[in-house]
Amino acid sequence: MNQFLDDFGLSIMVFVPLITGLIIMLIPRAKEELIKQLALGSSLATLGWAILLTVRFDIDNASTLQFVVDTDWITAIGSRYIMGIDGLALPLILLTTLIVPLCIIYSFNHWPEPANPKSFLTLILILETGMLGTFVAQDLILFFVFFEVVLLPMYFMIGVWGGQNRRYASLKFFLYTLFGSALMLISFLALYFLADGTAAGLDVVNTFDMRALSDGATGAIARTSQLWIFAGMFLGFGVKVPIFPFHTWLPDAHTEAPTVGSVILAAVLLKLGTYGFVRIAIPILPEAASAWAPVIGVLAVIGIIYGALGCLAQKDLKRLIAFSSVAHMGFVMLGIATLTNIGITAAVFGMVAHGLITGMLFFLAGSIKERYHTLDMSKLGGLLTDAPRMGWVVAFCAMASLGLPGLAGFWGEFPVILASYSPAAILSESMFRTFMVIAAVGTVLAAGYLLWMLQKAAFGTAGGGSVDLTPGATPHNGDGDDHLPKANTAIKDTTKREWIAWAPLLVLILGLGVYPRLVHEVVEPATEKSLEINVGNIKYDCLELSPSSATDCFNEIRNRNG
Amino acid sequence: MTTLNWGSISSMLVLFGTAILVVTVASLIKSSKKDLLVQVMTALGGLGGLAAVIIYWHRVSSDGAKLSFADTVRIDHLALFIIGVISSIVFLSALTLKSFFAREKLFRAVTTEIYVLILLSATGGAIMASANDLIVLFMGLEVLSLAAYILAASNIRKAQSQESGMKYFVIGAFASGFFLYGIALIYGATGSTKLAQISQKLVSGAFVDDGFLLGGIALFLVGLLFKVSAVPFHVWTPDVYEGAPSPFVAFMSSAVKVAGFVALIRVLGGALIESAADWQPIIYAVSIASMAVGTLAALVQTNVKRILAYSSIAHAGYILIGIQAATKDGFAASLWYLAIYAMLAFASFSIVAAREGAISGNSINDPNHIDNYRGLASKQPFLAVIFAILLLAQAGVPPTSGFYAKFSVISAVVDARSYPLAIVAMIIAVAAAFIYIRLLIVMFFTPADSSLLGGATMSKTAFSKTTSKTMSPITQLDASENSDATFDKWKKLGANKLNLAVLTLAAAFTIAMGVYPAPLLELAQSAAQSLV
Repeated sequence: MNQFLDDFGLSIMVFVPLITGLIIMLIPRAKEELIKQLALGSSLATLGWAILLTVRFDIDNASTLQFVVDTDWITAIGSRYIMGIDGLALPLILLTTLIVPLCIIYSFNHWPEPANPKSFLTLILILETGMLGTFVAQDLILFFVFFEVVLLPMYFMIGVWGGQNRRYASLKFFLYTLFGSALMLISFLALYFLADGTAAGLDVVNTFDMRALSDGATGAIARTSQLWIFAGMFLGFGVKVPIFPFHTWLPDAHTEAPTVGSVILAAVLLKLGTYGFVRIAIPILPEAASAWAPVIGVLAVIGIIYGALGCLAQKDLKRLIAFSSVAHMGFVMLGIATLTNIGITAAVFGMVAHGLITGMLFFLAGSIKERYHTLDMSKLGGLLTDAPRMGWVVAFCAMASLGLPGLAGFWGEFPVILASYSPAAILSESMFRTFMVIAAVGTVLAAGYLLWMLQKAAFGTAGGGSVDLTPGATPHNGDGDDHLPKANTAIKDTTKREWIAWAPLLVLILGLGVYPRLVHEVVEPATEKSLEINVGNIKYDCLELSPSSATDCFNEIRNRNG
Repeated sequence: MTTLNWGSISSMLVLFGTAILVVTVASLIKSSKKDLLVQVMTALGGLGGLAAVIIYWHRVSSDGAKLSFADTVRIDHLALFIIGVISSIVFLSALTLKSFFAREKLFRAVTTEIYVLILLSATGGAIMASANDLIVLFMGLEVLSLAAYILAASNIRKAQSQESGMKYFVIGAFASGFFLYGIALIYGATGSTKLAQISQKLVSGAFVDDGFLLGGIALFLVGLLFKVSAVPFHVWTPDVYEGAPSPFVAFMSSAVKVAGFVALIRVLGGALIESAADWQPIIYAVSIASMAVGTLAALVQTNVKRILAYSSIAHAGYILIGIQAATKDGFAASLWYLAIYAMLAFASFSIVAAREGAISGNSINDPNHIDNYRGLASKQPFLAVIFAILLLAQAGVPPTSGFYAKFSVISAVVDARSYPLAIVAMIIAVAAAFIYIRLLIVMFFTPADSSLLGGATMSKTAFSKTTSKTMSPITQLDASENSDATFDKWKKLGANKLNLAVLTLAAAFTIAMGVYPAPLLELAQSAAQSLV
């Protein structure tokens, strides 16, 4: 059994959703019950399987790849079917396998228009395969294929089940992401042809194998080439994250996507980009990463401030949450840019926390929209009186999102700020300290917009602010109690279905906030390894040297290889 | 003493023999089953050609390439690979044609001739694929093209089709002239028309005149680039494709193009590989121009056939990328792209043909207008999903065959260190994705507008009224002969079941090649290895 898990565990986890999706395609649309149960069952089975793998996962060796599969795939182009997970991938896999069944539960029996649960569920399941595949792939081409597979179901989800402006939003989403990945593909190809593992003691020359590439096969590549290759990856991953100038697809996609689409987009899809940086860009090209880190840092803090200011300018609740994603992903990118263990560990934690919290916020936005038929914040209000439980959940998530200590959001932001105080020695300390100050201002702004959002949505009464001036908009009975708004009885409080979908997220937000070690324990050894530069069993610490001696250090690696 | 190796050319003989057989049988039989009979024979001919290719492939693997007809015909893996592709297209074409004849009421008018022409055109393609001599190459090109001209003009009920055939013929004949002149100059420069000898002359440097050679290469390229509709020799493509009957466009855009490209690969990659430095810049420029012009022009079209025609120009640019690399991997990538593209183009135009069928008779609006595809996903979900798969493959999105097609040509130029070309190609690929996404949006995200004239909503009386107005005298003569039953059945199905089967096969192929492309990719690689 254990041997079986080691050999096929990952493949089964990745492909079960896809296969179920294909089976669902063959079932006639009339058998809706069967379709729904099958989809839910398979996503729960995938979650169970992922938990089983986690139990089997050797946490003491979280930095080494486990459950590795390595077989021939497309020999003609040098691509192999390589999968494996380590501490970096594990939390994200669990996040993905958790979010998908919750999304299915949430949409059970109230499908977004135009219903058609068969197609909707098929798309979600295909999406799950794409996401999981991206996290487990250890071959650049396999990674790329999964990375792109994600694109289509999301495109259709936005385009078919989206809001008014869905065609524009889906097209923008598709073309932006495609543009990024097109150039990323050239980078992957350039890596393939320039890689040489022989000097590092590996028996491969040209390879897409991520393990070999991060173990010194790229050491001999000239600095300029490295910078260009990194630039291509930067575009590919950066669009997906999204980093500041490439972020404009995100608010549109989020606003137009159906609730579940937004949740998956925020919770998992954005992480594919940041995961790419941590898994591929930095370990494979550390030298270029150190050269690009200031740029990433600048764009990250611009994203933090710009996202926060963007939030303050929004009228639409969903758009506000979308812009808050830009800010939060800015923190994640800043953590990655520090090239330190603390920074990147915090970044991975931030990915998970953002997935839980923002996913939850989008669920709430969906439920609010369902009840008030609008997301325009000037028309919202009174959630705490109309649906007190849901109002408190909104308040809880807003607190988590602004980084209140004790909740998950805190551990994604505070250590990042800490890490930018002392970035890797190769980077300019004063520059990153400036970033630190700006990022800290960003947290204040985050508190600002989230509390403002909370006030607009949950306090007062529907129809505007805390004092309602529109006559007849809310039930004022003239009993002289005008300062205490009356509950709108037409609004239902959180339903059972919603509780089931939300409870795991809420518990995790609190749980990880109180006990962050759960994630740190697996992530930290893996990040540490991803920052190590090993060439042929010799460890170099170029990133920990001052800029000038770091250049010598990288040149030494190059000459050794050449 | 040259020996004639009949076995080696068996695949060609099967295609040609079936053509002769179809003519003979059709002229002897008067039965009403004739149409079915010739269709089955043609399909079997295509299948037979494919079988002969498969059988002979192993012989070539063990014994090496076979030369016959005084070394002017060379059967190697390259030839077999291409003949295999062309035969498959013949097979699939034959299956899809019947519904078209039924719809256009062409039964008994021209059907036999069309099957014969397809087989003859395929034979021409096979001759080109195995040509080891420029003169044989020219013969193959003419056999291929003449049949294609007639196919383009073969809908005797539509003036547009005849205009298209005329246009194709005049410009094609002009291009053939260039081609022949190019051969003459190359002969003048090297003293031979045999590919192997030209190559030897270039290696030894013992040829007469460099100017002759360069002029020869240039004129030769003009002729072939016209055939593969690369910019700036592409202007005929949208017009011809728009006017010609869609099922034949499916054939022309796949089989005819494949043959044109294999000639380019044979000559540039075989005979002229030594002077690669001379022709590489031309191909470089033509490739970028084709991708850019094809994509940009496709973006502004409103006719689906024209969109696909321009997109085929862009694809020609991508195939040229692999040739530009002038390496074995590059040629392999182009061959692999060709095989993938042939299937995509064939199936896409077949869908256009099927769609035309559902709204045929609509003389007021252009039946291929993009608006006629509105809400196709709700009207004909199966057809829409297949079309979506094909379009996404053309856009190069994984996991479809189109991704690996683009991947391998880009990979070849990155290997050859032509980074600018790779980057330009990928950026254009993103722009090109918009073309296909636009169609997806129309099909999936746009509700069908009931005010539009759609075949599904048109009553049959309205149909006969509109068609009879546009019918030429010949049409009215035998319109009564057409069985209404066939037409009704066609209309009910939306697309003939056989057509749907072929399209499903194409979609399955597209996905399968996207998930596990290794086997076909390896065939393409061994095909490229057999270049001189």
